[in-house]
Amino acid sequence: MDTRAENPAPAGAVSAAGDSWRPVAGALLRMRRLLLVGWLAPPTVALGVLLALLAGGPWTLFALVPAGAALWGWGALARNWRSWGYRERDDDLLIRRGVLWRQLTVVPYGRMQLVEVTSGPLERRFGLATLQLHTAAAATDATIPGLPPTEAERLRDRLTELGEARSAGL
Amino acid sequence: MSAVTERRTRGENDDSGTGGSGGSGGTGEIPAGQGRRLHPVTPWRRTWAPLAGLGAVAAQNVQNLDDWTSSLGLLRLALLLLALVLCAAGYGYLSWRVTRYLVTDTELRIRTGLLFRRSAHLRLDRIQAIDVSRPMLARLLGVAKLKMDVVGSSASDELAYLSEAEAVRLRAELLARAAGIAPEAATTAGEAPAHELYQVDTPTLIRSLALLGTGWGLLAVALGVTSLVWWGSDSIVAAVLAGLPLLAGAWQSSLGAFLTQYGWTVSESPDGLRLDHGLLQRDHATVPPGRVQAVRLVEPLLWRRRGWVRVELDVAGAGNEGGLLVPVATRQLAAALVGRILPDVDIPAALAAINPAPGRARWAFPVGRVGYGHGVTESVFVARHGRLRRVHELVPHAKVQSVRMTQGPWAQRLGLAHIHVDHGADGTASARLQDAGYVAAEVAAQAERSRVGRRAAAPERWLTG
Repeated sequence: MDTRAENPAPAGAVSAAGDSWRPVAGALLRMRRLLLVGWLAPPTVALGVLLALLAGGPWTLFALVPAGAALWGWGALARNWRSWGYRERDDDLLIRRGVLWRQLTVVPYGRMQLVEVTSGPLERRFGLATLQLHTAAAATDATIPGLPPTEAERLRDRLTELGEARSAGL
Repeated sequence: MSAVTERRTRGENDDSGTGGSGGSGGTGEIPAGQGRRLHPVTPWRRTWAPLAGLGAVAAQNVQNLDDWTSSLGLLRLALLLLALVLCAAGYGYLSWRVTRYLVTDTELRIRTGLLFRRSAHLRLDRIQAIDVSRPMLARLLGVAKLKMDVVGSSASDELAYLSEAEAVRLRAELLARAAGIAPEAATTAGEAPAHELYQVDTPTLIRSLALLGTGWGLLAVALGVTSLVWWGSDSIVAAVLAGLPLLAGAWQSSLGAFLTQYGWTVSESPDGLRLDHGLLQRDHATVPPGRVQAVRLVEPLLWRRRGWVRVELDVAGAGNEGGLLVPVATRQLAAALVGRILPDVDIPAALAAINPAPGRARWAFPVGRVGYGHGVTESVFVARHGRLRRVHELVPHAKVQSVRMTQGPWAQRLGLAHIHVDHGADGTASARLQDAGYVAAEVAAQAERSRVGRRAAAPERWLTG
């Protein structure tokens, strides 16, 4: 299943420079898993305690529903994390993501209007930053979450530089 | 309330120290004694507002109307009305007195507002398009509105009203200045000459609108709902209230469309294609060719046998009248007109290049699949969709902002994927349900084509008057 997503661009259209998919940082997976547990552990415990006190017996097993969701999410987050990748080519940036709903975005450097690096408090704690590209089309959905700040800055500077060199009007 | 909107442009040269709204004095922008006033008929349009409001109140309380007239007396009522009109006219006059506009080398400055002073500075080089609009009453009085589309503002600023000659002259001057013509020459440059390319004749327009399903459908639904409500509730008022919005919709897509699209004329001038249209309200717009991001050819079901198409445009910045280029034309004519805007696009070749969606797409979208298609020529990306109302979307490679490939779980099972091409007028052309391998190759190739297309594209030109 993953083979197609691994190599969506056929040979020929691609140049040598930076010609490989780069993954996003592992800290992103850790952060998302922490969030998942943070959101689902309290309901599990609360449900378990409440059911044990009020209904007792087998009813307590219903507390396993959020726990099961957390377990499934644990694996799903890993799959989703693995699906994220970006690739810098000579003239455009490729971003791919998604397992069930796959998306591959190609943004030519010359079309970039604005490169934005953001980092929330939790992201900073995990040493992460999010890079977002804006073009003149609002539909362009080019966001790379989970980059190490140094990499995000490097990418931002490089993209800005390339964008200037290859810029085109509307 | 005021003749112009209060927004200020987002231009950087905010050189006037006085803030825009609620400014004190605010003579900094337009020196005293300078600047021009709007047409003297302007104040009178304000007198319509209270009268219309009163009329609406009266219409809502038809039963009470008799009581009011009997209790007040007809004479007193008339006096009240007169006072109201005079008040409105007085306010209109004063606000007309303080409203001025001035064209400088770089800006159009508009100052207005009686109590809350507002000033808008429109940078000339940010103006995308200037349209002259003549509503029916204004036409009778020989005045016109000037609407300006500015980059970065959602709605258009307008100057209302100017005398017709002044509106045309000002439009020409603004366009000439924006195009960089020397200021001395700009005032006398005049409007660039235009020659007519195509005019939609009235019988064709009527027939094309009559063949549209939407108007009839809405009319049928409206009549059905009205009679149902009437039958159910026995109240004619409720029935009319229920049917009215639907009737309004039917009106919009049939007679309303006829009124705005009447006498649709496309002419060519050095600063773009000119569009003149309207029966009661005449509108005059210019499509700057370099700003057209995508072209849509729409063929409703009943038009196809006659070979008619409607051509719609997506223009960067702001749209004009829903982006219509021609309400109805034959395919050849439409292709020729599109050729004026996108000279290197061969429409018949582009339409012939379309590959339909593969047969297995029927498992994803049984009937509509037949409408889906994707094609590419050297100059343009084409996507087709719609089973009954067929739509071809054409995006020149040079205008592509980003390319996306998406694939849902079901499409993955079937080995299908969608290609989306985003362009600068905030639109997306999507070719859906194509073979996944083909899409992967096409996305890569499309990125390459857009790159080459951009390099080859001539520098954008517009407003070279």
